Amino acid sequence: MRHIISLLMENEAGALSRVAGLFSARGYNIESLTVAPTEDATLSRMTIVTSGSDAVIEQINKQLNKLVDVVSVMDLSEGEHIERELMLLKLRAEGEAREELKRLTDIFRGRILDVSDHTYTIELTGSRVKLDSFIDAIGRDLILETVRTGASGIGRGNRILKL
Amino acid sequence: MEMTGAEITIRCLQEEGVEYLFGYPGGAVLHIYDALFQQDKVKHILVRHEQAAVHAADGYARSSDKVGVALVTSGPGLTNAVTGIATAYLDSIPMVVISGQVPTFAIGEDAFQEVDAVGITRPCVKHNFLVKDVKDIASTIKKAFYLAKSGRPGPVLVDIPKDVSGQKTEFVYPASVNIRSYHPQGRGDSAQIRHAAQLMLEAKRPMIYAGGGVVLSDSSAQLTDLVRLLGFPCTNTLMGLGGFPANDKQFVGMLGMHGTYEANMAMQHCDVLVAIGARFDDRVIGNVEHFAQVPRKIIHIDIDPSSIAKRVKVDVPIVGDLKLVLTELLEVLRASRQKPDAAEMAAWWKQVDEWRVTGGGLRYKNSSEIIKPQFVIETLHKLTGGDAFVTSDVGQHQMWAAQYYKFNHPRRWINSGGLGTMGFGLPAAMGVQLKHPGETVACVTGEGSIQMNIQELSTCKQYHLPIKVLSLNNGYLGMVRQWQEFFHGNRFSESYMDALPDFVKVAEAYGHIGMRIDKPADVEPAMKEAFSRKNDLVFMDFRTDSTENVFPMVPGGKGLSEVVLAEDL
Ligand SMILES: Cc1cc2nc3c(=O)[nH]c(=O)nc-3n(C[C@H](O)[C@H](O)[C@H](O)COP(=O)(O)OP(=O)(O)OC[C@H]3O[C@@H](n4cnc5c(N)ncnc54)[C@H](O)[C@@H]3O)c2cc1C
Ligand SMILES: Cc1ncc(C[n+]2csc(CCOP(=O)(O)OP(=O)(O)O)c2C)c(N)n1
Ligand SMILES: [Mg+2]
Repeated sequence: MRHIISLLMENEAGALSRVAGLFSARGYNIESLTVAPTEDATLSRMTIVTSGSDAVIEQINKQLNKLVDVVSVMDLSEGEHIERELMLLKLRAEGEAREELKRLTDIFRGRILDVSDHTYTIELTGSRVKLDSFIDAIGRDLILETVRTGASGIGRGNRILKL
Repeated sequence: MEMTGAEITIRCLQEEGVEYLFGYPGGAVLHIYDALFQQDKVKHILVRHEQAAVHAADGYARSSDKVGVALVTSGPGLTNAVTGIATAYLDSIPMVVISGQVPTFAIGEDAFQEVDAVGITRPCVKHNFLVKDVKDIASTIKKAFYLAKSGRPGPVLVDIPKDVSGQKTEFVYPASVNIRSYHPQGRGDSAQIRHAAQLMLEAKRPMIYAGGGVVLSDSSAQLTDLVRLLGFPCTNTLMGLGGFPANDKQFVGMLGMHGTYEANMAMQHCDVLVAIGARFDDRVIGNVEHFAQVPRKIIHIDIDPSSIAKRVKVDVPIVGDLKLVLTELLEVLRASRQKPDAAEMAAWWKQVDEWRVTGGGLRYKNSSEIIKPQFVIETLHKLTGGDAFVTSDVGQHQMWAAQYYKFNHPRRWINSGGLGTMGFGLPAAMGVQLKHPGETVACVTGEGSIQMNIQELSTCKQYHLPIKVLSLNNGYLGMVRQWQEFFHGNRFSESYMDALPDFVKVAEAYGHIGMRIDKPADVEPAMKEAFSRKNDLVFMDFRTDSTENVFPMVPGGKGLSEVVLAEDL
């Protein structure tokens, strides 16, 4: 099963490699991993999308908690949560296709960030599924470049991951 | 007063009450060696190879309740230490390793003797630090000792660049540590403890499976009280030996791959299994599928949540420090009016005792012609009254020592279980002997293993360490040979140790006493002679039967009941 795990860790050199190293050393899957400092500059927030049996996910949670640099861990997928990913796409946009691409972008509530004679650069945020369906709708032939951040997640309502 | 980073480092060790620092100098730690030179509180032990420094610190820690400390230089000094660090990591041994690093301004430039120490050791330390500012040295070392010793113990590396150890700052040793992201569990959950107690009292076929955690947390007394109070059978893992007295009638021996038949059968057939500071290692429960086939309730007490439910499903997990959990469990049990059902217990013991007979116990056929390795260990036990510190290397000799030296006290059996590091025995014995100057320290080794750190005979000479080395010289990498005999059609690929040195001469060359023993009749007299030499290191080269195998044996990947007993072959 796919899980989205959120964690707070010390914003220190090497902390990221401890997490990444844990996943590779123990053979856990990583679908995506995002990390950046929080409003408290001493802390980083990381979102990891992984998959595995219940037993594997339990071990992942325990092993992450065991890392000395990790302050707290939450398996967002255990409850109500919001998941967003940012995607930047560079598309071949020529002739009639330009209109159609703009229309699709509007439908998906994306934004055109940059325009050249032959290209559009588009920004889109949403769930993984939404981004995937946008790609499907455009068709792979027109895609020149794809940049995805991987999912960031946050709990709904009172589910708060704090120090 | 301002002090250099190097002086601060040594001051911190003094503050931590470090008696011995095992190390080897080099460019990146010259400041630290200079600071060492100018004090006499921390005694430095100069080993002959950095791996040995770490194993010696490790042996020191295992035989006491203190943190072992080692000091190595950057680059090759650090890489040599890695095997020792990994050895300590897999057996959860509290240790602080200080390594020198190239100066901060040179880091990342492939500088002379630069390796990414933090990167290389990351997977085999509890935690590690690169200290980039002299102001952080004291607080980092304080944290390192705290992390090494608290919770599930483990090695912690502190990497100090040369310029940092040369710079000056005010010395302040923090009185306490607070790491906001680190809170090892103390007491266990009381509701879970009561639940466990109830299950234990209602058990029909209970079994206590106690591991290294009992030794690490100094909870042998609590474990012994618990086992005796309940009257249950008790087994120990290789790491737990001595945690429960081997001479107690409730002890069913070690379990696992080379465990006794009765211990393994009781593991398979119990209805309530109480795992105490043991981690269901693959060498212990064999094939998990087979293990899980027999339904039972499992209670698991461990300070590390990730040890629980890692390989087997657990019904009552209790996360906490063993000493506190066992103490509370004992209180609950003593307060309860219920007792284990006497009839059920009698029937269960009858079954266990039958297994003792069917399995035939630990046994071998002694000979008057050729020395049997088991006989050497039995003689060692007899002559030392079961009270020696016994370190071992890795291989058949290790298993025979574990099986035939009946440990009645914790911290007496010092071996590398998790990593299985050949070369561990002699340097570990140095740490043990330094910690226990007047005591008998025996290093049981093989002609293969001893050669992995034989240079330490020189260290033993320098510091007058009267270790007794018992080399069970079977002329083979015996454990490898055994697997080749059983599973590879007797194709003894590279397991024969050709061109062995004359170990008597080797010992003598290092300034020690060497003895070669060929005949069973000479085993006891030779050992008596050796042990009477209280101030000398004696190297005993026992020429043992090269075809002897370790029994019982549960082949790798098999279930615990698929054991090969001695008579089957
Ligand atoms: C050649 C060879 C053969 C072997 N054959 C066998 C064999 O037949 N049988 C066998 O048993 N082993 C055998 N081993 C050893 C095996 O590989 C493991 O090292 C060993 O079984 C692990 O022991 P353990 O489960 O007691 O765990 P340890 O590695 O000792 O772990 C200790 C556990 O206790 C916990 N703990 C630590 N401190 C505390 C505390 N304060 N409170 C609570 N919990 C705590 C830790 O978190 C950990 O889970 C063999 C090794 C070799 C090299
Ligand atoms: C450093 C290292 N290399 C290889 C091994 C694999 N190994 C395990 S036991 C063994 C043989 C040990 O031979 P010896 O020390 O003579 O002991 P014996 O088994 O003969 O008693 C080997 C090679 C190991 N455990 N450690
Ligand atoms: Mg051998």
